[in-house]
Amino acid sequence: MSEEKHHISSYKSHLLVLLALLILTAASVAVTSVEMGAYNTLVAMLLAGAKATLVLLWFMHLRFDNKIYAIFTAFVIVLFLLVLFVTFFDYSYR
Amino acid sequence: MSESTTSSKHVSFLEYKGKYKGLLGWIFSTDHKRVGLLYLYTMLVFFSIAATLGLLMKLQMLAPGHTLMGPQTYNAMFTVHGIIMIFVIVVPGLPAVFGNFFLPLMIGAKDVAFPRLNLASWWIYVIGILVVLSSQFIGGWPDTGWTFYAPYSFQTPVNIVPALVGATIMGFSSILTGINFIVTIHRMRAPGMTWFKMPLFPWTLYATAWIQVLATPVIGITLLLTLMERLLGVGIFDPRLGGDPILYQHLFWIYSHPAVYIMILPGMGVISEIIPVFSRKSIYGYKAIVLSSLAIAFVGYFVWGHHMFTSGMSGRALYAFSFLTFLVAIPSAIKVFNWVSTMHKGSLLLQTPFYWAVSFIFVFMIGGLTGLVLGSLATNVHVHDTYFVVAHFHFIVFGGTGYSFMAAIHYWFPKMFGRMYDRSWANIGWVTFFAGFLSLYTPMFVLGLQGMPRRYYDYLPEFHAWHIFSTLGSILMIAGAAIVIINLVRSSRHGQKTSEKNPWGGKTLEWQADTPPTLENWEEVPTVTQKPYEYK
Amino acid sequence: MEKNAEHTSHVHRDDEADKLGMWLFIFTELLLFGMLFLMYAVYRYRNPVAFQLGGEEIDVVIGVINTVILLISSATVAMSITAIQRGKKTQALLFLGTTLIIAVVFLVNKYFEWGTKIEYGFYPGGEALLELGHGTVLFFGLYYIMSGIHALHIIIGIGLFIYVFQQIRAEKIHKTDYVWLENTGLYWHLVDLIWIFLFPLFYLIH
Repeated sequence: MSEEKHHISSYKSHLLVLLALLILTAASVAVTSVEMGAYNTLVAMLLAGAKATLVLLWFMHLRFDNKIYAIFTAFVIVLFLLVLFVTFFDYSYR
Repeated sequence: MSESTTSSKHVSFLEYKGKYKGLLGWIFSTDHKRVGLLYLYTMLVFFSIAATLGLLMKLQMLAPGHTLMGPQTYNAMFTVHGIIMIFVIVVPGLPAVFGNFFLPLMIGAKDVAFPRLNLASWWIYVIGILVVLSSQFIGGWPDTGWTFYAPYSFQTPVNIVPALVGATIMGFSSILTGINFIVTIHRMRAPGMTWFKMPLFPWTLYATAWIQVLATPVIGITLLLTLMERLLGVGIFDPRLGGDPILYQHLFWIYSHPAVYIMILPGMGVISEIIPVFSRKSIYGYKAIVLSSLAIAFVGYFVWGHHMFTSGMSGRALYAFSFLTFLVAIPSAIKVFNWVSTMHKGSLLLQTPFYWAVSFIFVFMIGGLTGLVLGSLATNVHVHDTYFVVAHFHFIVFGGTGYSFMAAIHYWFPKMFGRMYDRSWANIGWVTFFAGFLSLYTPMFVLGLQGMPRRYYDYLPEFHAWHIFSTLGSILMIAGAAIVIINLVRSSRHGQKTSEKNPWGGKTLEWQADTPPTLENWEEVPTVTQKPYEYK
Repeated sequence: MEKNAEHTSHVHRDDEADKLGMWLFIFTELLLFGMLFLMYAVYRYRNPVAFQLGGEEIDVVIGVINTVILLISSATVAMSITAIQRGKKTQALLFLGTTLIIAVVFLVNKYFEWGTKIEYGFYPGGEALLELGHGTVLFFGLYYIMSGIHALHIIIGIGLFIYVFQQIRAEKIHKTDYVWLENTGLYWHLVDLIWIFLFPLFYLIH
């Protein structure tokens, strides 16, 4: 029951994504030695988030697949962030 | 029976002979209906065990002092009663039995999306149960309560490792069922059955399955960490090493509160099926019921902290969780309103399933309203960890899941077994059970308000009168349950044979299939053109 | 007796269903690791200094090497899917083999990384660790649990790769039926995804 034609990503696009991931990794290592106080963690998480987005959209094919997968994934991530947020109602004010 | 292939299509799933015969033909069958019945029989066995433990506890509470058992035995009793009732009965409960049996029938599919995985989840479930029960032989029954709170769970001298491992294994089974149902509902609906033409029981199963997928891994990792804490001393929950035991409670309830909705949502679905059929009226507010199910599943994810109001959380967390708890009451109330409005001016068909459904609404409302008493901070502090809580969650969990389970089995029994139960005994069983249930748990509200703490094997003399009342109620309730179960078990073998497709006049697809259904449910998959519950 | 209809009748294949099932499984994994990250967040919030000092004990070089090779392996597994879609069996096997080797190398690195720490008594319940105070105990506790569970996923991934490799060789997985490879790829990207967050949180704490 293979329905519509699948999108085939080229080798080149995979290699470009890999290159971007490696550059972001280098950036996150480099930025560690810059003194930014609490913002260091924020920057590290933003860079990791960017890498994760690349992996999800290209390697995991969310960009090309049925949109429902992307919607579910976004929902799950939001759900997790909300749980984290609600938990910190306790720890931030204890 | 060795005719041509066309006649083999009309053999019911109960008589069908596959690769294996006898018992093997059941425990290796990937037919969703047989898997559903496997769960049913497993639950019947373990419900009897756990109910017996409950009765023994009530007998111990008949008089103050060390009468039937001492504190350690009592602790083990309520722990095993809780573990079996929660993880073996009510969490898998309706989805595993009636979801497996009727989800494909109701959406016009031939089976679930992954039949072998479905059978595997029953096997995993049974293995989980056996691991939990093995604690009897290696180090004694657990005594922590079903919640395994840190730090006691890694300090108790009895061996709780099997209980932790077993509960984790059962979690896997629950996840696999959830994955199976979501994929089935997405991919296998009959032609013409759009999302908003789907009956309400599948809708609630869909919401439930999402919770199973997204909450169960939390309990898995939490129990595994407790295990590591106990075996390796990692320090994650151990205050002596800097860990925070309250974080254990957070993680535990991040699963276990949504799990309450795993228990109750399919029950609400069953009631939403039965009420329109027995009122001969279309359901009032179909979309409101669908959306409130999804809302309960979502909001229910963020209310876990109301189990921890006296644990020492920050003040702001208390306000937040109390507020969210009140929010989640709204969609439940919407459903009650819809059910009652459906009955309004309907032509009521007074039969056993309807009795169970109506008494469900009654006990569910008592449970829900006392839940608000517990959800508001000022009153919670007084009744926290008292019999008030015990009464509340038995009204909700047992009242909710138990009554809807009973309603479901009396509703679908003829379709499942091709036989009819004895209706007068079924009604007698219902009356006895209902009366016993109310006299068992209502006194607990009073006891809780008077200050009787939960999980104590002993009590002060001033509580005696209400305890006697409650214990007598428990005997009555067990008698009622016995009447119901014996009637059903007997009828499944000797009851009046019937091949009538639609004894109650239901409008959903399962009533168009053969009674009992054939191996693949349909010779030709039906096409759906109208909404469910279209009564003229 | 009827003929055994059970296996003949519903051999209905639905790749999209298999993929949806895999994604749902990935969601359970995300939540599972999510709870570990939640614990990390709570304990780091409560012990900021100890976590920083603990982070300095962990070898950044091994961390960077493992990150780089894991990213490469994610690309190669994605490329093996492209190869199979184009019907290039040998290329697919080559890319998959590379991924498999990288997975093993990752574990070897992990072995040496853990080995040196355990040698110094830096393990849960170890003497040297217990002397260092609460925050450090928690930091290393989380380090072992989180990278340990991640390593367990790598091991499962290796098993999956071996199976899929065999299936491609036996032509059971081919141009028109490759959902197994696709789902194994999704799983491996998940393993990568987790590591993308583990890496800065343990190796790059400033």
